[in-house]
Amino acid sequence: MRQLIGTLLIGLTLGSIYSLMALALVLVWRSTRVVNFAQAGQAIVTTYIAYEIVTRTGVFWLAVLFAVVAGALLGAGVEYFLMRTLFRHVDEGPVAALAPVIATLGLLGVIKSLVGMIWGNDFRSFYPPVSTDNFVLFGETIPFSRFNILVILSTTVVMIIFSFIFQRTDLGLSLRAAAFQPEIARLAGIRVGPIRTIGWVFAGVAGAIAGVLITPNDVLSPASLDVLLVFGFVAAVIGGLESLPGAVLGGVVLGIGVSFVLNYVGTTLIFPTVFVVLLLALIFKPNGLLGSKKVRSA
Amino acid sequence: MSSLVVNNLTVSHGAIRALTNVSFEVQQGELTAVIGANGAGKTTLLRTLSGLKDAESGSATWRDRNILGKRPEDLVRRGISHVSEGKSVIPELTVRENLVIGGLWRRDKSGTEKAIKEAVELFPRLGERMSQSANTLSGGERQMLAIGRALVSRPKLLLLDEPSLGLAPLIIEQIFSAIKNLQTSMNLTVVLVEQNATSALEIADTGVILNLGELVASGNAKDLLADPALKSAYLGY
Ligand SMILES: Nc1ncnc2c1ncn2[C@@H]1O[C@H](COP(=O)(O)OP(=O)(O)OP(=O)(O)O)[C@@H](O)[C@H]1O
Ligand SMILES: [Mg+2]
Repeated sequence: MRQLIGTLLIGLTLGSIYSLMALALVLVWRSTRVVNFAQAGQAIVTTYIAYEIVTRTGVFWLAVLFAVVAGALLGAGVEYFLMRTLFRHVDEGPVAALAPVIATLGLLGVIKSLVGMIWGNDFRSFYPPVSTDNFVLFGETIPFSRFNILVILSTTVVMIIFSFIFQRTDLGLSLRAAAFQPEIARLAGIRVGPIRTIGWVFAGVAGAIAGVLITPNDVLSPASLDVLLVFGFVAAVIGGLESLPGAVLGGVVLGIGVSFVLNYVGTTLIFPTVFVVLLLALIFKPNGLLGSKKVRSA
Repeated sequence: MSSLVVNNLTVSHGAIRALTNVSFEVQQGELTAVIGANGAGKTTLLRTLSGLKDAESGSATWRDRNILGKRPEDLVRRGISHVSEGKSVIPELTVRENLVIGGLWRRDKSGTEKAIKEAVELFPRLGERMSQSANTLSGGERQMLAIGRALVSRPKLLLLDEPSLGLAPLIIEQIFSAIKNLQTSMNLTVVLVEQNATSALEIADTGVILNLGELVASGNAKDLLADPALKSAYLGY
């Protein structure tokens, strides 16, 4: 029983971080119809920035703040300088559909080697603000720590802020309108170009927070967020790729699944399990966990 | 004074020429019907006037200022609202949100609320469905919502692309009378694209008849309706 609860709690922790990465990917997909592989690269840069701040000052929240600002700027930069240039020059045929995705994949490679050049390829540890030691209850260890509580609480706060912005503000309405029907949005007077950049900014912020939250339980290296990218993408697809609540739910479902396999089976079966979960979701809920046949949910 | 002046307008889709040297004028406060069969270039004309499509040559001005090659979001700010072909609503948003987006650029919440109220007075069926997803509306209600959204932008020139498409005769009648009503009560200039030639020309002041991208006739709507040659050749009855 204790192990079951521990597994669920770990699943929730992992899942909430996958949700953030999934949100980032969905935001970009909705606004630009591009799967942004570079999201992991953007997040690795912001996590190294956070690492520098936290090792120099010891103030975790200052590190988070820097990561968030850097994430916002990087997101805007990639959209403005890379995506717009590509869209301006290749706008027809099969190349136009593929070029941006390939470009983000290339950018991921470039960022990882740059990060390797600057910080080296060795593993570093990222000190958390609160203990990552497991709780001991009645003499038994529960695989859950203060830091995990912090992760769940902070992702919940981020999700609440995001859902407030998207559902309750004019900016959020513009983001949704521009994502679903850019042409009608423009005819209604919405400046779709800048709105798209703002979508990438939110994605950059979500990815940056995911990076700093997952690293204290892990190690930091130029490739350390690659797995998060894959899991975030799977979570996004499970959620239907269009829906923000779907992405969050997809992340949590995947996190709990991964946690069960970790605790009861072992690390070797993680990737096969994720793959099976993805296949099952695509077969039984092709429009996403929350999707209906007729329409995507905003 | 002419408000909308289109002169020798030529527009292509790649190698396909959709409009060739089209010229016509619309006076302030006038309702002009643009009539033509499938593929005549009606949609292309409206998309060019609202900034969605680039022209190849020719000119178009609204209140003496060029409108070609401008962005739709800028033309809205100059009073040009386009209700594009096929019930131009965003199904993922609620009815209310679909109306609100028309007014976001004005950053005037109370003005937008007032405009929404007026749109609902014009189309009461929208009022009962404000918090429903636009996806749940019938075809006629969607068309009303699309026009309502355009009105919330407080247009001076309204471009309507086949608002009657796929609707029952009774609904078409309601929508046409609402359009006529708008023109007179708000002193709107309206360009109404239709295949429904007779009904459109009956509420219009003037008409433009297109065929295969060329203008074949234009002038007073009553005269066009009465012209027997036009009737058999282009108006299809
Ligand atoms: N995106 C496009 N790409 C290529 N050709 C196009 C495109 N849009 C329109 N055309 C062509 O341009 C011509 C005019 O089309 P347009 O849609 O303007 O006609 P329409 O009068 O609105 O027709 P309908 O009554 O069927 O809506 C047609 O020959 C059409 O095939
Ligand atoms: Mg058309």
